[in-house]
Amino acid sequence: METIKQLSVFLENKGGRINDVAKALGEHGINMHAFSMAETTDFGILRLIVSDVEQAVGVLRAENFAVVLTDVVCISCPNVAGALSAILERLAEHQVFIEYMYAFAQGEKAHIVIRPSNLEECLKWLEEDDCDILADRQL
Amino acid sequence: MNNEIWNRNKECMSRDELRDLQGKRLHKLVDLVYHNTPFYRHKMQELDLLPADIRTIDDIVKLPFTTKADLRDNYPVGLLATPMSEIVRIHASSGTTGSPTIVGYTSRDLEIWKEIIARALTAYGVTRGDIVSVGYGYGLFTGGLGAHYGVEHLGATVLPTSTGNTEKHIRLLRDLGVTGLACTPSYALYLAEALHKQGLSADDLKLRIGAFGAEPWTENMRHEIEERLGIQAYNIYGLSEIMGPGVAYECGCKDGSHIAEDHFYPEIINPETGEVLPVGQEGELVLTTLTKTGMPLLRYRTKDLTTLMPGTCACGRTSIRFTRILGRSDDMLIVRGINVFPSQVESVILEMPEFAPRYMLVVDRKNNLDTLEVQVELRPDSFSDDMGGMLDLRRKLGERLKSVLSISAEVKLVEPNSLPRSEGKSTRVIDKRVLA
Ligand SMILES: [Zn+2]
Repeated sequence: METIKQLSVFLENKGGRINDVAKALGEHGINMHAFSMAETTDFGILRLIVSDVEQAVGVLRAENFAVVLTDVVCISCPNVAGALSAILERLAEHQVFIEYMYAFAQGEKAHIVIRPSNLEECLKWLEEDDCDILADRQL
Repeated sequence: MNNEIWNRNKECMSRDELRDLQGKRLHKLVDLVYHNTPFYRHKMQELDLLPADIRTIDDIVKLPFTTKADLRDNYPVGLLATPMSEIVRIHASSGTTGSPTIVGYTSRDLEIWKEIIARALTAYGVTRGDIVSVGYGYGLFTGGLGAHYGVEHLGATVLPTSTGNTEKHIRLLRDLGVTGLACTPSYALYLAEALHKQGLSADDLKLRIGAFGAEPWTENMRHEIEERLGIQAYNIYGLSEIMGPGVAYECGCKDGSHIAEDHFYPEIINPETGEVLPVGQEGELVLTTLTKTGMPLLRYRTKDLTTLMPGTCACGRTSIRFTRILGRSDDMLIVRGINVFPSQVESVILEMPEFAPRYMLVVDRKNNLDTLEVQVELRPDSFSDDMGGMLDLRRKLGERLKSVLSISAEVKLVEPNSLPRSEGKSTRVIDKRVLA
C-alpha cells in the first residue's frame, strides 16, 4: 500500500500568507510539486505536496505555522481525456467517496491527489485496477 | 493549608474593634485633608461638612467621592496632603488617555505598603526561606517596587527580574531554584509558554507559589497557570491611586480576597447612581485610604465591579473579602445593549483546550448594528486537515460564547502566535465604534 504525505497548513485569510509559506520553503530549497487551498471567510487550509516533507514541517513550525501531515493517495494516469473519469467512476461504484482532490500535470502524465473517505478501500480498488499509484520517492 | 498570619492583631481583629479603629482613623484622615488639600476642603464646604461631623465610620457616607478625573484635574500634585519635602517616592500611572496620574508616598506610606504586602505573601505561604522573582515592571508602575519591598520586608529573598528578558528570567528561575513568582497572570502564561518552547516544564523549576494581579483574571486562568507552572496561584489586588498591590489578597482558601481593612475602607456602590449598596450586592468597589498621609483619597471610585463577602474566613482572618473581579466598569463593553466583559470571553476560551489563552475582541458598527468579533489563536496541535472539523470547532466556540454573553459573536480563528503579546497589561479590545 502506497500513500504519500501531504502537508496541510493553517492560514488566516490575509494578504501574502501563501507567499510567506512559499518563500520559507523556497529559501530552504524545498520544491512545491502541487498545492490546493480550501477557504472559509476567515481561514483556509493550504495543502501541499513538497519535495522534502519532513524538512518542510520543521521549516514551517519554526515560523510558527500550524502544520499537520495527512496521508493521501497520488495516482498517475495518462494525460488524456477520460482517464480521470474512469478512475472516479470505479471508486464511486465501491462507495469510496472523495473528501477533496486536486491534480497536477507533468508532461505526458497527470498526477491526481485524492483524500478518500476510506484510505484502505480506495487503495484496494485502485490496485485491483492496476492504477499507477505513486510513492513519495517517485515524485 | 498554610495557617501563618503576618499581623494577627490586625488581620483577625474583632469586627467591633475594627470599626472603632476605622472610625478613629477616618476622623483623623478627614481632619488631615480638610486642612491640607484644598480640593477636599472645597468639596466639603460645598456639602456644608466640617471634620467634626465625621465621628464614626458610619459617617463616611456623608463624604464626597473621588474619581480618576479628579486625579487628572489636579495633576500633577494637587491632591497631596503633605509638602513635597515629606514625599519620598512618586509613582505614576500609564495614562492611556489624557495626562498620567501621579501618586506621592511619605516614608510612613511606604512602611504601610510593605507591611500589607508581607501580609499577602504570608497568606500565600511565602516564608523567609523563599526566593521570589518579581516580574512586574519596575519603574513608575507600582507593581515592581511595591512587591519588591514587601518581599524584603518579609525577609524572603527578592529577585528583581522585572519584565522583558524572558529567556534570562527562566534561566535564573532554574539556576537559583526560585520558589515564588509575582507578576501579571498574562505574563505567567507567557512564561509557561516560553518554558514549553525551550522544551522545559514545571518539573525543571522549583516554583511553588505565585502572586498575580494588576489585571482581571478568571478561575480558569488560575487552573491553567497552576497546572503549567506547578504552583499555587493567588490573587493580589491593588491600584496605584490607592497604594499599589497589597490592598487585598487571597488566603489559602482561594475564596475571595481579604481587604487590609485597617488601612482601606471598602464600600460597594451602584455605579450609575452612586447609592451605597448593602453588603452582598454586586457593584463598584469604593475605597478610602484610612492611614495614608502622602496622597490620601476619600471614597475613591475604583471602577472595579465586585461583591463584598462578610463573615470570618476559614483561614481565621476577620477582614472582609470581595469576590473575584469580573472586570472594570471601564472595560465593560455595551454591545447591542448587552454588557460584555472581556473576562467572560476569556473564561469560555480557557475551557476549550484547542485554543491558546489569548484573544482579541473587535467591536464595530455595520449598518447601524453593533458587531462583536472574537479573534482566537488556534493551538498548533489542534489544527487538522479536516475542514469540517475546523468549522465545527469554530461553531462550538461561537455557541458557547453566545450562551455566556447572551449575544452572538463572530469567531475568527487566527494563526498561532499571531495576536499581540503583552508582558504587562494586556490590551484585548479594539472598539472601532469610537472612531465611527
Ligand atoms: Zn481567608
